[in-house]
Amino acid sequence: MARFDSLLDALGDTPLVGLPRLSPSADVRLWAKLEDRNPTGSVKDRVALRMIEAAERDGVLRAGCTILEPTSGNTGISLAMAAKLKGYGLVCVMPENTSEERRALLKAYGARIVNSPAAGGSNEAVRRAKELAKQNPDWVMLYQYGNPNNAGAHYTGTGPEILRDLPTVTHFVAGLGTTGTLVGAGRYLREHKPDVQVVAAEPRYGELVYGLRNLDEGFVPELYDPEVLTGRYSVGSYDALRRTRELLETEGIFAGISTGAILHAALAVADKAARAGTPADVVFIVADAGWKYLSTGAYSGTLDEAAEHLDGHLWA
Amino acid sequence: MAVTVSIPTILRTHTGGEKQVPAEGSTLAEVIDNLEANHGGLKARLVKEGSLHRFVNVYVNDEDVRFAGGLDAAVADGDNVTILPAVAGG
Repeated sequence: MARFDSLLDALGDTPLVGLPRLSPSADVRLWAKLEDRNPTGSVKDRVALRMIEAAERDGVLRAGCTILEPTSGNTGISLAMAAKLKGYGLVCVMPENTSEERRALLKAYGARIVNSPAAGGSNEAVRRAKELAKQNPDWVMLYQYGNPNNAGAHYTGTGPEILRDLPTVTHFVAGLGTTGTLVGAGRYLREHKPDVQVVAAEPRYGELVYGLRNLDEGFVPELYDPEVLTGRYSVGSYDALRRTRELLETEGIFAGISTGAILHAALAVADKAARAGTPADVVFIVADAGWKYLSTGAYSGTLDEAAEHLDGHLWA
Repeated sequence: MAVTVSIPTILRTHTGGEKQVPAEGSTLAEVIDNLEANHGGLKARLVKEGSLHRFVNVYVNDEDVRFAGGLDAAVADGDNVTILPAVAGG
């Protein structure tokens, strides 16, 4: 059934697509879950709608309210769409080193953007949003880093969809940002298939982003549950870009840069399985498409040039 | 085992500003002890009460050591060890 009563109803149930050219062998297969097919084009639509609906049920979010959220982009865009349809205002606290397209989209949806400094990345956006929440007690901060509905959306959506479409799944690979996708879908998969490997791909940025004053200003999202994960890779911008282009050239999928990082980790676990002679079905998340990153130069010029352009940007 | 250790900006006061320093050891714990011998004060920034500081991530060839034995994680000749502070994504 592909008919829906509204855009919000068209969320989820995304395609799981085989990648015969990138898969190491007939026994070790890669599968891409195309989360860019969600209403605003990213995996975050699942999270945004779930957090809003829960806040409405709890009576926290009422007609005319203003939502506040720290976001590097996709969560903000998803919230902006849902807020527009439901009549809420939206203030996004966003690091200034995020792509032009993300900002343009947020503005098109009518969101207000508050910049946080590039140095410190999302840590600073979270800190600034918490300050704004204190100063504006009538605003509603949904707080994706600690809101159980973030992981919940993947526990009841993404996870079950994967197991339904590919009961032989052995590995689940996704990006590590708020940790919601990995913790939610990973927990569901491991409860139903305890042997499933849950592998995180964490973006490794330029030094600017790690510009903390001291280590105790570091940040681990409240949602993070290391017990759900079985492995975690740190992927730099060069490898992320290389894989983003490889995905486009070999399988025709035009994905965003964070997906390249996720594919890099997926190929690492697939290669390990192939070398060990173990059959594997590796599912990874295509978090969004490439449209929002064209201005970063990710898809043109040499890889070194593109990686240099990206240094200091928050690309996931 | 000789490895190369990448030091984040925030810890370079201990390495005289060096971004990468060589170290020896067959486990991460041994590598950190060896770092401490040459760059005093570093160990106390990385290890709290016998395990890695909550806001410090260490990767051996890009894999998080917390899923490979933590301080007991094995390192091999030529490995790259990367130390990074924990930051938010999303």
